[in-house]
Amino acid sequence: MPQLHVNGRLQQHDAEPDTPLLWVLREQLGLTGTKYGCGVAQCGACTVHLDGAPVRSCMLPVSAVQPAQKITTIEALSADGLSHALQKAWVALDVPQCGYCQSGMLMAAAALLRDKPKPSDADIDEAMTNICRCGTYNRVRAGIKQAAGIEQAASTAVIHLTRSRA
Amino acid sequence: MISTVNRRQFLGTAVAASAASAAAGAFVLGFPTQAAAQGAAAEITAWVVVKPDETVLIRIARSEMGQGTLTGLAQLVAEELACDWTRVTTEYPTPGQNLARARVWGNFSTGGSRGIRESQQYVREGGARARLMLVQAAADGWGVPAADCQVAKGVITHPASNRRTTYGAVAGAAAKLEPPKTVALKDPKDWNLAGQRLARLDTVDKVNGRQVYGADLKLPGMLHAAIAACPVFGGKLKAFDAARVTAMPGVKKVVAVGDNAVAVVADTWWRAKKALDALQPEWDRGANAGVQQAQIDALLAEGLNAAQAVDGNVHGDVAAALAGAARRVEAVYGYPYQNHATMEPMNATAKWTAERCEVWTPTQNGEGALAATAAAAGLPPAQCEVYKLHLGGGFGRRGAVHDWVRQAVMIAKELPGTPVKLLWSREEDMTQGQYHPITQCKLSAGLDAQGRVTALDMRISGQSILQALFPNNVRDGRDPVVFQGLNAGGGEAMIGYGFPALRITHAMRNPHVPPGFWRGVNLNQNTIYLECFLDEVAHASGQDPLALRRALMKDYPKHRAVLDAVAARVGWGQPAPDVKGQKIFRGLAQTHGFGSYVAACAEVSVSADGQLKVHRIVAATDCGHAVNPQQIEAQVEGSFVYGLSAALFGEITVKDGAIVQTNFDSYPMMRLAEMPKVETIVMASGGFWGGVGEPTIAVAAPAVLNAIFAATGKRIRTLPLSRHSLRA
Repeated sequence: MPQLHVNGRLQQHDAEPDTPLLWVLREQLGLTGTKYGCGVAQCGACTVHLDGAPVRSCMLPVSAVQPAQKITTIEALSADGLSHALQKAWVALDVPQCGYCQSGMLMAAAALLRDKPKPSDADIDEAMTNICRCGTYNRVRAGIKQAAGIEQAASTAVIHLTRSRA
Repeated sequence: MISTVNRRQFLGTAVAASAASAAAGAFVLGFPTQAAAQGAAAEITAWVVVKPDETVLIRIARSEMGQGTLTGLAQLVAEELACDWTRVTTEYPTPGQNLARARVWGNFSTGGSRGIRESQQYVREGGARARLMLVQAAADGWGVPAADCQVAKGVITHPASNRRTTYGAVAGAAAKLEPPKTVALKDPKDWNLAGQRLARLDTVDKVNGRQVYGADLKLPGMLHAAIAACPVFGGKLKAFDAARVTAMPGVKKVVAVGDNAVAVVADTWWRAKKALDALQPEWDRGANAGVQQAQIDALLAEGLNAAQAVDGNVHGDVAAALAGAARRVEAVYGYPYQNHATMEPMNATAKWTAERCEVWTPTQNGEGALAATAAAAGLPPAQCEVYKLHLGGGFGRRGAVHDWVRQAVMIAKELPGTPVKLLWSREEDMTQGQYHPITQCKLSAGLDAQGRVTALDMRISGQSILQALFPNNVRDGRDPVVFQGLNAGGGEAMIGYGFPALRITHAMRNPHVPPGFWRGVNLNQNTIYLECFLDEVAHASGQDPLALRRALMKDYPKHRAVLDAVAARVGWGQPAPDVKGQKIFRGLAQTHGFGSYVAACAEVSVSADGQLKVHRIVAATDCGHAVNPQQIEAQVEGSFVYGLSAALFGEITVKDGAIVQTNFDSYPMMRLAEMPKVETIVMASGGFWGGVGEPTIAVAAPAVLNAIFAATGKRIRTLPLSRHSLRA
C-alpha cells in the first residue's frame, strides 16, 4: 500500500495515484481540517506544508508525493491545536468569521513566518493569496503581525459617538 | 446539535442523533424530563439549560455562518440571565424539535440581517424568565421572598441571612416552576455583557481544523455523492449510460436526481467525482438553450423606457418638474448577475428509510431545510429531522431554496438506510446558483437655476427575486423588495433624500436565470444607482457632493448623521495627503437598509496606467443598539471585501442559456493585497434595532466608484470594474 508521511508518522492509503493529496488527507486519513474550496489551486483552502513549504493540495497528485516528504496539516500546526503563535493571535483578534478558509490561511501564514519571521506588508501581500469570502483579510494581516511581534497601529479604530440608549 | 464541542464529542452526538430515537434527541438537547432522570441538566426556559456543574447552555435558533450571531444572541440571553459568561456554551435546537414544541424557538431563518434584531426581544425574555425562576427556586428553598435575593454571575445570595447558592444547585427546582408571564428587560444602558467587545464563542475550533462543517461530516457507513445538473436552467436530464462508470474504483450507484440531474454514489467523494466526470450524460437543454447575455441585456434595456411599470416611491409631478428644469442630468446604470460563492460548496448528508429521513446540512433556515427534506422524502415533517452545522459561508445562498437538500434526499432514497453525503463541486456551485438579480436603471434629475435638485425620476428594469421564489408576495406586479433603500418611509430601507418631486418605478423583466437573495440583496445596486448618480449631478452642476446631499437631507437626520461622521473623520473638504507620491481622491455614499443607517468614504488613487488602489475606507454604522462592537467591525470590514469583490470582479454571464463562469479563475475575488484599511465608526444611537451583516456592502461600490470619478473623470456605470480601463 502506498504511504505518506503525515503529521509525524507514516500512514497507508488505498487511493488511486492520480487522486489529489487533498482527498487522500480528507477521505483516506480522516484529516478534514484541510478544506476543499475550488479544486483548481485558486482559493488556498487546501493549503498544507510539504517539507515545510506551502502547497495547494487540491491539484497535487498523491503519486507525486514521496514517503520521505513530510506533510503537515492544520491538525498538527501545534501539538495542542492552540499554542502556535498564529493560533494565539487568531484567537486574540477573533480573526475567523465562518472559518472555512482559515486552515489554509493559517498554513500559508505559518510558512511565511518560518521563512520571514518579521514580514513586511509587501511580504504578507505576496504570501497571503488565499480567498476569504467573509472578509477577514485585515484581521489576517493583523494576526500575522501580532504573531510576529510586529508593532502595529490599531487597524480598526472604533469610536462610540453615542452610548446606547433605550 | 451542540456547536461548541470538540470533534470527537460532535461525532458522538451525530451518531447518537442518527439513532433517531427520543433518547437520542434528549442526548442532543437535554429535555427536562430526561435531564432530571439523568441528573444532568435542567431546562429552565426553552432558551436556557443549566447543568449541575454550573455550565449554562444557551439555545441558538439562528444559524452561525460567520456573522457572529451565535455570540451576539448568547450575550443577550446571558445579559438577562445574569449568569457566568465563562460557563456559557451554546447549542442549536433542531427544526424537528421546534415543530414538536409548537415553534417555541420561533423563526430559524437567518437572513436579511435579522438574526439579532428580529429575535432580541424574545431571547432576552427567555433569559430574564430563567433568572427569575432560578432566584425564585433559591428563595423558596430558603423560605425568603425572592425580592430580598440578589444575583450575579450565576450566584444567588440572600444578604440578610448571608446565604448563598448557585444556578447549578437550584436548576432542578427552578425547572419545575411556572415561568412568569411578564418580565421586565434591562435598559441597554445598564448592560454588562451585551454591548461589550466579547470574544466570539466559536473561534477556537476554527484555528485548528476541529470545526466540523457539513462538508466534513462523517457518519458510520456513509457513502459520497457527486452531482451534475443540466447546465441550462429549465433543461432536463435526457440519458446516461451507467455502464461507463460502474467498474470505476469505489462506484456504488448512478442515479437520476429529479428530472434534471444525475449523481454518482461512491465510497469516497473524489471517486464519485471522477466517475461523474467520465459519465458524460446527455442533456435536453430545453427552451432556454439559445439565450445569450446580449438578449438579456436588451430585454432589460427595453424596460427602461417601457410604458408599463409599477410605482415604488412616487410623489409630486416629476414630469412637469423635469420639463421645467433649468438643467437636466440623465444616466443609465446596470448591475450584473453575481454568484454567492460561499467557500464551502453546497452539501447535505441524508439518511432515508420508509419511516424516517434525517439530514445534516449547513443551512440559513433549518425549518426550510426540514420542509425540503419532508417534501423530497415523501414523509410527514414529524418523521423527518434536520441537524444544522455551522456554515462555511451563507450570504443568502443557503436560505430560501434548499435545492441541495432536496437532491441529497432523493439520492439517499435510492440507498435506504445508508447515509449519503452530497457535495457540489465548485463548478456545480458556480453554475447552479441562485444569482444576484440583474437590473438596469435610468435616472433623470432636474435642477433649478440655483442648482437645487427639484426632481428625480428613477426607472428600474429587471429581475424580481420574489416573483421567482415567493410569488404570493408579489401583488399586481409589484415586488416591494425591488425598492430596497428607496422606500418612502419605514424602519427597514428608506430613501434618505427629500426630493421635491420623485418617481421611482419598476418594469419587471425576468430572464430564465434563477435569482436569489444575495448578501445585501437589492440595496446593493439601488445604492450604486442613487449614490453615483447624485455624485454625477453634483459634478455636473459644479457642487460639492457632500453639500448637495446634505441640502436634500433635512428631514433625514439619521441618514445625515452617518454621512457627516465619515466626512468629519476623513476631513472632507481638505485635500487628502498623498500616499507614496500618488494623489488620493475621495468618494462618498450613504444608505439605509436592513434597519441600519450606513455611510462610507473611500480614498483611492489611480495611476497613469490605470491601476486602482483603494487605500482606506471610513465607514459609519448606526444600528440602534450595538450588541458586540468588535463583531460589528468585523462585519463592516467583511462587507467591503464582499462589496468590493463584487464591484471589482463580480460578473456572471450567460451563453447558450448556461452560466459561463465555472470557478474562481473565471469568477475572481478580491485578495488580501487589494484590501484597504477600514476604519469603522460604530454610532449606535439607540431606540431601534438594526441589522449589521448586510447594509454596509451597499456603500462599498458607490463610494469607490465616486472616488474613481474624482481621480479620473471616468464615470463607471456598469460593473464589474474589471471590464473598464482607468488608463488616463
